[in-house]
Amino acid sequence: MARREVVVETRNLSMHFGGVRAVDNVDFELREKELRCLIGPNGAGKSTFFKCLTGQLRPTSGDVVIRDIIMTGRESHEIASLGVGIKTQVPNLFDGLTAFENLWLSSRRWHGDRRANTLVKETIDRLELGEIRGSIVGSLAHGQRQMVELGMVVAAEPWLVLLDEPAAGMTDEETFKTAELVREINKTSALIVVEHDMNFIRAISDIVTLFHQGSIFMEDNMDVISADPRAREIYLGQKT
Amino acid sequence: MRLYGTFNGTLVIAGLAIIFTLIAPSIFQFFTIITLTQVIGLSILALSLALVWGFGGILCFGQSAFFGIGAYAYSVAAVNIGGSTGSIFIAILAAAIFAAILGYFVFYGKVSDVYLAVITLTVSLILYSLMRRTSGPEYKIGKALLGGFNGTGSAPLNMPGDGSAMLFPMQTFYVSMAILIIAYVFTGWLVTTKFGRVCISIRENEVRTELLGYDTRLYKLCLFSISAGIAGLGGVLFCVGVTRVTPDVFSLGQSALAIIWVIVGGRMTLIGPILATFVLYFLTSSLGSQQILNANLVLGIILVIFVLIVPNGVVPTIMNWFERRRIKRYARQKERRMKLRKHRAIG
Ligand SMILES: Nc1ncnc2c1ncn2[C@@H]1O[C@H](COP(=O)(O)OP(=O)(O)O)[C@@H](O)[C@H]1O
Ligand SMILES: [Mg+2]
Repeated sequence: MARREVVVETRNLSMHFGGVRAVDNVDFELREKELRCLIGPNGAGKSTFFKCLTGQLRPTSGDVVIRDIIMTGRESHEIASLGVGIKTQVPNLFDGLTAFENLWLSSRRWHGDRRANTLVKETIDRLELGEIRGSIVGSLAHGQRQMVELGMVVAAEPWLVLLDEPAAGMTDEETFKTAELVREINKTSALIVVEHDMNFIRAISDIVTLFHQGSIFMEDNMDVISADPRAREIYLGQKT
Repeated sequence: MRLYGTFNGTLVIAGLAIIFTLIAPSIFQFFTIITLTQVIGLSILALSLALVWGFGGILCFGQSAFFGIGAYAYSVAAVNIGGSTGSIFIAILAAAIFAAILGYFVFYGKVSDVYLAVITLTVSLILYSLMRRTSGPEYKIGKALLGGFNGTGSAPLNMPGDGSAMLFPMQTFYVSMAILIIAYVFTGWLVTTKFGRVCISIRENEVRTELLGYDTRLYKLCLFSISAGIAGLGGVLFCVGVTRVTPDVFSLGQSALAIIWVIVGGRMTLIGPILATFVLYFLTSSLGSQQILNANLVLGIILVIFVLIVPNGVVPTIMNWFERRRIKRYARQKERRMKLRKHRAIG
């Protein structure tokens, strides 16, 4: 089988904060329809790498290439406008608006009024958000807010999805639902998912990229990584 | 505040405003009707601030800058082209274009919200002192003398296309009300469009809006300019009402008043600030005619009371009260029905 086309690439990507090399010379590739998990201990640089991809940070050096276009240092809206769905680590919602309105704003960026409405309704059914569709999201529980944010990503039908810790703070049931949803999204889109939850990663992923001190330590499937003693030390050593 | 505000509510209020316009001449004295034109102008200023601040989350402390530019542009244009109709459009455009240029530097320079408030206020004060210095005969635009401290005369409105057919005060009142209603309906419509909803989402969370792929700088710039154009329109009616425009339109007091009207009326609504302008204007002017209480002091006290007790403003507070009553009544009805059913089941 011919290898699929590379859709996201970073070349020597570095992000330094003063003396801290949060991301250090990272070469990374994601192919069409791929589902990639980024793991690593706290402070490994996953979120910083993520923010360089989404345009929230301007990298110190190196390049971000999306579908053969150099997007280094572009604004977030320009990157999102390529058809990229983004969920940040910190909850990022329109707190004063309802769940429906949150999803609608996302969908309406890409679709006409009528199509956006249908898509939002479909997404609400799919994510079982029916009960809270009219609730102001600022008043919702943490797990529900996470779900609304995932709904916002889904309702825009992006071809590339970037999720930073989508299952953080969720109940087991919600985590399971999220994992299922991620796999479903993966049928039509490529994904990069930053996660901590091992069960979640095992449930969804194929190849995993392990970050350590701003660099890619290894890249393999989860079984190989958990069998590797150094990886275990880096990852599991810090986790407990 | 819900994003999907209804346009129907706007139309109902517009209908009430039309009724008010028709019966006003039989309620008010002729003198009050003449004064109303300038108050209508001020209320449009409040409306424009409610739009940019209440809906877009852009706190513009110097909204009176655009109001004043509108007033001066109208007065100057009316002298030069000899008619009011075209001059009104020139005034709106002048204010909007000025805001677009200012806004370009502010929004694309990623100036933070606090600085935006300070910058707009500063611009307004710069215009204030600039216009005060234009008293010599050399300061003229075309045939219009700017007049410095004393300002310049503002032509009355006239029939479209006939600069010599000036409107009577009563006609001017009707036209002003029509302009207010059109501005209100336009603004009410704007906040329900995609554009308006994206602006509301920027107020709620700008980073999120960016990450959805909306160019927030562009949206803010457009909203800022539209609101400035509306403020400019307010300036036109104000100077027509006063028959003159002086540098005071740019003063700190004028900017502060607009903010007070919006806070008191409720910044998440459009009708609230308009009504607050009317009520507070007549309240302070009736206080101004007696000697016991200082009008500014009373205005200050009102503001403090509102910030402390009704921080959402009058109109949203009343709307919430009705909403809560409705929900309560609904709950009570439901309870009664349940009881009745239980009763029947037992009996
Ligand atoms: N804005 C910032 N300023 C300074 N240091 C930062 C900033 N953001 C992240 N860092 C540092 O960069 C490193 C990587 O952080 P982060 O990317 O959040 O890690 P992860 O998401 O893998 O937990 C940490 O040492 C963190 O303290
Ligand atoms: Mg992180």
